[in-house]
Amino acid sequence: MSTLAHVFEEAGLSTIVLGSNRSVVERMKPPRVLHCEFPLGRPLGKPGDAEFQRDVLARAFALLEADEPIIVDHPETIECDETPMACSLPPRYDPNLPAAVDEAQGLRAAYDRAVAKRGVTSVGRTITADQVPAALGVLHQWAEGAPWAETPLPDPNSIGVCHDIRSYYEEAGLELVDGPPPAGRAAEAWFHEQTEAGKTLMAARAALKEQDAPFPLWFYMAPGHR
Amino acid sequence: MSGDVVMREVGKGLPVPEFETTAFAKPEKSLAESTVAIVTSAALHRQDQEGFDPADTGFRDIDRADRDLVLGHWSPNFDRSGFQLDLNVVYPIDRLEELAADGVIGAVAETHYAFAGNQPDTVSEIRLDTGPACARKLLSAGVDVVVLTPV
Repeated sequence: MSTLAHVFEEAGLSTIVLGSNRSVVERMKPPRVLHCEFPLGRPLGKPGDAEFQRDVLARAFALLEADEPIIVDHPETIECDETPMACSLPPRYDPNLPAAVDEAQGLRAAYDRAVAKRGVTSVGRTITADQVPAALGVLHQWAEGAPWAETPLPDPNSIGVCHDIRSYYEEAGLELVDGPPPAGRAAEAWFHEQTEAGKTLMAARAALKEQDAPFPLWFYMAPGHR
Repeated sequence: MSGDVVMREVGKGLPVPEFETTAFAKPEKSLAESTVAIVTSAALHRQDQEGFDPADTGFRDIDRADRDLVLGHWSPNFDRSGFQLDLNVVYPIDRLEELAADGVIGAVAETHYAFAGNQPDTVSEIRLDTGPACARKLLSAGVDVVVLTPV
């Protein structure tokens, strides 16, 4: 973002960066920065809160009055909260299937409702929703010790497949929760800590590391701090 | 330590592109006369557009009316649920429309743009090629002010 600010400004456009990392913007020195200590992934701070978002934009536009490069901090800090969102999971249906596969099939109706409501889905970067259970079946095998190179995912890009699995779950999960929007990373925590799919993904990731699989293949299957 | 704290700590240690000077384009018009565009590094795209590759240095056009957008950024290290609930938390297009209706800004640009934040370390492509190309498009559309949003 800061690079583009320099490029655009050089071309004659006036820019404002909504900065999410003060250290980075201090070193990159774009012309105008509203530094917002909000959950990463939420640069306007609060989903569903138009008034708060308008306030962020008003503070950003106010920087256009400055006569020289400027960094201003938004006065409010919003911490991310890694308490898993409260979301029910489907009961076990077919005990002959790996738990994650069974679970993913049980969430399909909620996922379909979410897609119908939003009109768009983030699933599909590498695999379709139909392929999510099969992909989890492979992760289950990896977690059980199957050699990763001989047990392929439906798509060879493990990062993309894990993105699609997580998106399938988060979209279905958000359809099942009531109340105010979950805090930043609450859906991530729910997926990785409470769902069978997330636990299977993390176990498969650990197994790949044990097998000395290439670092990018396993590390980016989940957030780096996990 | 929370994921955001970890990622911000990682960011402190990462090398960043150096800029010896800061270009500074003081607005020539008032905000109420200015056309405003959003450019995001969230790798947003419509489903009928080509998705972003992991090292994609290009950008995608987003029409002012588009709302059925996918967040195509490859990093697993940020919250995505906020965008799923309300795209304005990343791409505040509805807020711009309201500000234009209220006369706070002059106009909403007809086209907005998305890059991928996960750029090669040198960022030379967006400095020399795709960034200037996007700037030309913005200028030719009469844009005065750009709000840059990350994820």
